Amino acid sequence: MLIDPVTLVVALIIASTPVLLAAIGELVVEKTGVLNLGVEGMMIVGAVTGFIVAVETGSVTLAYLAGMAGGMVLSALFAILTQVLLSNQVATGLALTLFGIGLAALLGVGYPGSTPPRVPDIFPQALQDIPIAGPILFGHSAMIYLAVMLVATVWYVLQHTRTGLILRAVGESHDAAHALGYKVIRIRILAILFGGACAGLGGAFLSVARVQNWIEGMTVGAGWIALALVVFASWKPWRVLFGAYLFGGISALQLRLQAAEVNVPVALLDSSPYVVTIIVLVLISSDRARAALNAPASLGKVFHASG
Amino acid sequence: MTPLLEIRGLTKAYPGVVANDDVSFSIAPGEVHALLGENGAGKSTLVKMIYGLVRPDAGAMTLGGGPYTPAEPRAARASGVAMVFQHFSLFEALSVAENIALGMETPPKPRDLAQRIHHVSRAYGLPLDPDRMVGDLSAGERQRVEIIRCLLQNPKLLIMDEPTSVLTPQEVEILFHTLRKLSAEGTAILYISHKLEEIRTLCDAATILRLGKVVATCTPREVSAAQMAEMMVGKSLSQPARGATEPGEVLLHVSGLSLEPASPFGTPLRHIGLEVRAGEVLGIGGVAGNGQDELLAALSGERRVEPGMIELRGERIGDTGPEARRKRGLLCAPEERLGHAAAPDMSLTENAVLTGRTRRGLDRSGFVGWGRARAFAEEIIARFDVRTPGPGVAARALSGGNLQKYVIGREILQDPDVLIVNQPTWGVDASAAAAIRQALLDLAQNGAAVVVISQDLDELLEVSDRFCALNEGRLSAPRPARGLSMEEIGLMLGGAHDMHEAQLRAATEAAQ
Repeated sequence: MLIDPVTLVVALIIASTPVLLAAIGELVVEKTGVLNLGVEGMMIVGAVTGFIVAVETGSVTLAYLAGMAGGMVLSALFAILTQVLLSNQVATGLALTLFGIGLAALLGVGYPGSTPPRVPDIFPQALQDIPIAGPILFGHSAMIYLAVMLVATVWYVLQHTRTGLILRAVGESHDAAHALGYKVIRIRILAILFGGACAGLGGAFLSVARVQNWIEGMTVGAGWIALALVVFASWKPWRVLFGAYLFGGISALQLRLQAAEVNVPVALLDSSPYVVTIIVLVLISSDRARAALNAPASLGKVFHASG
Repeated sequence: MTPLLEIRGLTKAYPGVVANDDVSFSIAPGEVHALLGENGAGKSTLVKMIYGLVRPDAGAMTLGGGPYTPAEPRAARASGVAMVFQHFSLFEALSVAENIALGMETPPKPRDLAQRIHHVSRAYGLPLDPDRMVGDLSAGERQRVEIIRCLLQNPKLLIMDEPTSVLTPQEVEILFHTLRKLSAEGTAILYISHKLEEIRTLCDAATILRLGKVVATCTPREVSAAQMAEMMVGKSLSQPARGATEPGEVLLHVSGLSLEPASPFGTPLRHIGLEVRAGEVLGIGGVAGNGQDELLAALSGERRVEPGMIELRGERIGDTGPEARRKRGLLCAPEERLGHAAAPDMSLTENAVLTGRTRRGLDRSGFVGWGRARAFAEEIIARFDVRTPGPGVAARALSGGNLQKYVIGREILQDPDVLIVNQPTWGVDASAAAAIRQALLDLAQNGAAVVVISQDLDELLEVSDRFCALNEGRLSAPRPARGLSMEEIGLMLGGAHDMHEAQLRAATEAAQ
């Protein structure tokens, strides 16, 4: 056996967490009817701000907070442009990605190769030494568990609380929500900021905990995968978790296949997560009626409060 | 009795137009008060001010003796004012209970709420299942959701904006029964409608608005519908006139037309068959959401079907697209003016080209002849009395009635053999509606076959030679329109719909 399943599972959990964080944030944003295509840009800005703070202060917690702040600043820009100035969401989101990548490269000059502080594991060594279950369940830093808890929280809030009901209602029909007196724009801005914080946190986890280095353009499409994941999950939080681990698993597996010198072209393996994403998207959207049923009905539409 | 709501000198101006000018009236507890007026008379703005969606520029309101200045709908609801909207303010992908919870300030726990919905809906004869998805409900049931949402808050004043426009005659009876019961319990009702006969049977008093001003008040039971119409419009209206014509050959023949809906909440068409002859108007009635949009899409060619399902002069055209059908003489005017019949941000000239290019020869080898296109647009504007500065204006800038005259005129001036229109006068003021109906009759007079799909039964009885009903995607057999009574039509529409017959009978008897 060339590939050890236990290390593969451990690797896939770590590999999928940045995407998971970004995707769960974007899910909330899209549930309120806003399509923010700038996830990639917010992630990479979060990655660089998190990394800089990690190197300068030596605190992992501060680094994560800085990553969230970085993502939020960018998403605030998106919120002002699309919700206050009513610009087109698709174009603004794309621009945000390009802007974020450039801004991150500028901020990160001089940091590649710096060493961030070590991210501590939270469970004692004894638990981690349990065979199989130890490394998989207890061998991670706090953020891995926080990410799963975040998914659970988002699911609970959306499904079982009044706040969640209002969020879904705004995404379903902003006109009806407005007529009932809900503050559509304020709710959407808050959701966008939440999405920005999640994407930034995902980026910070990537640079500080997973790669432990800053490399220009290091997110390499993770933000786009996160966007695809939300559709793949048909806007359901638990399916986002499943999808993130699935995609994380594919990318972890392809690295190991390469290392094991399986006779498959490297380029093909590298592109496999993206190819699988496309295939899955085609499959789930082949039933038009079903896909339309799950999507928030006002997704991507400009809301203009009249009269 | 001291009035419940009193309005004094309410004024609201928008750039370029005064929507409400010094409007005053009052409503007593338990009174059913009608607000009458044409489109653009300022009814919507007025109720939006009462409901806290719009703030007045001047004037004052008192509710139950105290000053009343709602800053937002929440405040209005807290003061006991509830509103049932004309365009339903419902969320299709959420359940009945969730929709109702969204309209309440402090909703009870889901289980208690479901019980209260059961209780209230039974008490008022409006049965509803709290767990059903709103997208799966009929228009009448959706309205019940809105009404129950209001009733759960024990309102002192209930505002209803055009509540009967989407209901079958039987559903209207049930609604009136509910409203009378509420009124007897002391709830005041502000009732907005164009339907004058309804107002005469239901309302205690009426305030009539024209161009933002109160022009008259009356007691509806004591005046005739024609008198009220005159007060609304400011002049008397002529009924559309038509000569007697013998129907000619069959132009459009549809048989076994079945089609799955394109959207999750659409209605499938099931084995539709119809026949229209030259010189004839066929009216298709039905409550919205029973397959009207799907039927229009199938007839216009937006959705393709089996070739033999639709025949034009014996030629099988079911699998051809809209442009091919236009070339053969079958034209359509869909319901949604902005975004379906016309592109909102394009000029009237450009919109004329979109459907008129083939039959009016507006383009040649791929190039648009803008001179000819503008001439065509100007011809429509002149012939159909479209009020607009000129053909360069964007479609969005026109009022609903003017744009509707434009899109119907655009099709009529292309000299169709068969014209299919969906809701030709929806949201159009009375005089424009009369002009559109006259144009459709003239077209039939000149030998075209016309199909009018509409929810307005009075309109259908006025223009059609034969009438059939569309109910859950099925089309009834046609009957001569002359002499058809509202009750018969109601039964054709499947009136009872989702009601048990006994319940319906009870409600009807109680209402009489």
